[in-house]
Amino acid sequence: MKPLLGYRKPAPGTQPNHLYPPYVSSIKRAPKQPLISVPVTLSEITGPSFPREIASSKAFDLTRQHNGEPLGERIEVRGRVVDEDGRPIRNTLVEIWQANAAGRYLHKNDQHNAPLDPNFAGEGRTFTDEDGRYRFVTIRPGAYPWKNHYNAWRPQHIHFSIFGPAFAARLVTQMYFPGDPLLDFDPIFHSVPDEAARRRLISSFDWLTTEPDLSLGFRFDIVLRGRDATPMER
Amino acid sequence: MPGHSTPSQTVGPFFSIGLDELNRANLAEGSTGERVVVRGRVIDGDGQGVPDAVLEIWQADADGRYHHPEHASTPNEATSFFGFGRIPTDAQGQFSFTTIKPGPVHDPQGKPQAPHLQISVFMRGLLRQLVTRLYFPEEPLNISDPVLRVVPESRRDTLIARQAGSKETTLEWNVSLQGPNETVFFDC
Repeated sequence: MKPLLGYRKPAPGTQPNHLYPPYVSSIKRAPKQPLISVPVTLSEITGPSFPREIASSKAFDLTRQHNGEPLGERIEVRGRVVDEDGRPIRNTLVEIWQANAAGRYLHKNDQHNAPLDPNFAGEGRTFTDEDGRYRFVTIRPGAYPWKNHYNAWRPQHIHFSIFGPAFAARLVTQMYFPGDPLLDFDPIFHSVPDEAARRRLISSFDWLTTEPDLSLGFRFDIVLRGRDATPMER
Repeated sequence: MPGHSTPSQTVGPFFSIGLDELNRANLAEGSTGERVVVRGRVIDGDGQGVPDAVLEIWQADADGRYHHPEHASTPNEATSFFGFGRIPTDAQGQFSFTTIKPGPVHDPQGKPQAPHLQISVFMRGLLRQLVTRLYFPEEPLNISDPVLRVVPESRRDTLIARQAGSKETTLEWNVSLQGPNETVFFDC
């Protein structure tokens, strides 16, 4: 019988702990008991794979979902989803959501008094191709204030949700922009202890993705957990 | 090894914008098996319901098969049961979904697992998802389940749903983030 191969544990410091007190909302929501390590079973190394119909052919372009064009700086975000061994993650669903150019979300609980944009909903989805590549066309989201501490502002960011090949590889993260002065002060960004790991959350400006007379290009590669090389001994 | 995995970040308060499209509170649709309704609440460290949480369910079909290449050596053995659900909490932190009771999953090595749902929990305040499981009450296989067995006995009850009232098909199961009944969360 072939033994079950699990997914590698993250290197120390490369993932946030659940509790990070400077991010105040974590205090009442992070578990207090330690996580319990479990043996590898089929339940963690399998996961959903979605039919293509879930993402319409327009769903990757957040600037073409309404009658008019949204306000803001048009951008294209491209990247590759791979695992820690560099293998492409093919045909996996990528979901994104973001604020509009003024820093306002189309959500009933967003009380920031920046204007909504009737031509921008801020949601997109797509599948990676055979090489793990994805592409979104959108506008650069605005920074916005939040209540975490006095004069707190979130750096510009786009939320990403990636399924990957298995339940254990599921990742939800945020993509940031290079040179954003608010990154230095953001507790969510700084919840990741390792500096090199934090930098992987920052996209890079990319001439190859920049379209003349059309849009600025940013590259954001995503790495999912790699597979264990040897069977777990329990 | 070319690199380490990308760090997780919270879904934040506005995830419904991007995630609602895949909300699916009836996993049982079009499949055979014993129907169950699961209802419960996500509760924070103050005992308050969490109105901005979302659960993702992953489970096997009534015969214990996952809809995944890792679990089918021949196409005949593959299941058509999709097995995925996404359920946000309401303003009181409550959730409810309908599914079928999965069969015991037979791992290639070792004993069968007791019927269970694999569950991820996301919310504002969680910098990465929490992973837990829901097991079924009065299930003989619970005693030998390889995952339940590594959980301290005093905390196992947090993973086993209870029958709600007299209806056998309705189960109650809460996610307590902190406190004396803190749910068991896994590192997997």
